[in-house]
Amino acid sequence: MGLYELLFRPHRHSAAIAKERLKIVLAHERAGRHAPDFLPKLQKELIDVVCRYVEIREDMIRVNLGKSGETSLLEINIEIDGAKPILAPALGLAGAATAGSRAKSG
Amino acid sequence: MAKVVVITSGKGGVGKTTTAAAFAAGLALRGHKTVVIDFDVGLRNLDLIMGCERRVVFDFINVINGDANLNQALIKDKRNDNLFIFPTSQTRDKDALRREGVDRVLDELRQQFDYIICDSPAGIEHGAITALYFADSAIIVTNPEVSSVRDSDRIIGILASRSRRAERNEPPVELHLLLTRYDPPRVAKGEMLTVEDVKEILSIPLLGVIPESESVLRASNTGTPVAFDSDSPAGRAYLDAVARFLGEQREMRFVKPERRSLFRVLFGRA
Repeated sequence: MGLYELLFRPHRHSAAIAKERLKIVLAHERAGRHAPDFLPKLQKELIDVVCRYVEIREDMIRVNLGKSGETSLLEINIEIDGAKPILAPALGLAGAATAGSRAKSG
Repeated sequence: MAKVVVITSGKGGVGKTTTAAAFAAGLALRGHKTVVIDFDVGLRNLDLIMGCERRVVFDFINVINGDANLNQALIKDKRNDNLFIFPTSQTRDKDALRREGVDRVLDELRQQFDYIICDSPAGIEHGAITALYFADSAIIVTNPEVSSVRDSDRIIGILASRSRRAERNEPPVELHLLLTRYDPPRVAKGEMLTVEDVKEILSIPLLGVIPESESVLRASNTGTPVAFDSDSPAGRAYLDAVARFLGEQREMRFVKPERRSLFRVLFGRA
């Protein structure tokens, strides 16, 4: 580090860091706040079912509860790109890139 | 119609009891019949802050259990005829604060008072939830500091989902942000979150800013609600907040560093 940088290094105030950190952590916590209790269990059972047909990892399933106008939307995204089919080529999943499935509730 | 106001924060030590005492005193000074209730069962402190610790005979739990009637437990403030203190019990039984009992006592208080100020304990356990459950209005006491802001956000979420108004699908609890222990010189140096930062993060209306002030400790030392000390910056800031709560427009004071005169620098603070 040169003398110039040492003397004129842009100094970031700690309050600005606090604000940034708070915004990130609260965005995360607010998103989780309205999730109903059954979502983690649903996600786990879905993984179990899908795993019977294709090899997927836990992070390849995303379960979200959102809102679209008056209706609640349960959105399930299962990424199976490159996932190996386990038994049945007859399932027709081999060529599919992403399967998105939407189910309405409430 | 009486209004139930909870003073809450999630985090401890941010100034809930100081605020409850000051706010109740401020409302009483404005001519409203006001009672301030301590919900911190087992850790009674409102009586000390209000300066009536030697006058406690019966408490909130006694009244809930029917061992005493309301007027035996209410303590009338010696400085203002409109102000009453309702102390809590020192029992270690934390379930003593039964919701049906609290509901019944609040109904009885509604007949006599304009404002019922509920001083919540810290945390998000039974006592804190009971304190906010019946609220019409909530004052969220927040320090300009990360853990306090985060906990306030949590409490705002709980008010929106677990209050009686939320359960009954009634209009939501009215939310007010009160920023306490604000230190304008440190804010100016970029060492402390600004009022605007906290407002933006929590996105609820700002009721007031209470500056860090020597008068707060002095008030608690002597058992005087700081709003009775109208010469002190904190006292005046609380009176402003009360006025805004009652619907008046007041400019925010004490948010910029005070210019200290040479006289004050040389001869100490007035």
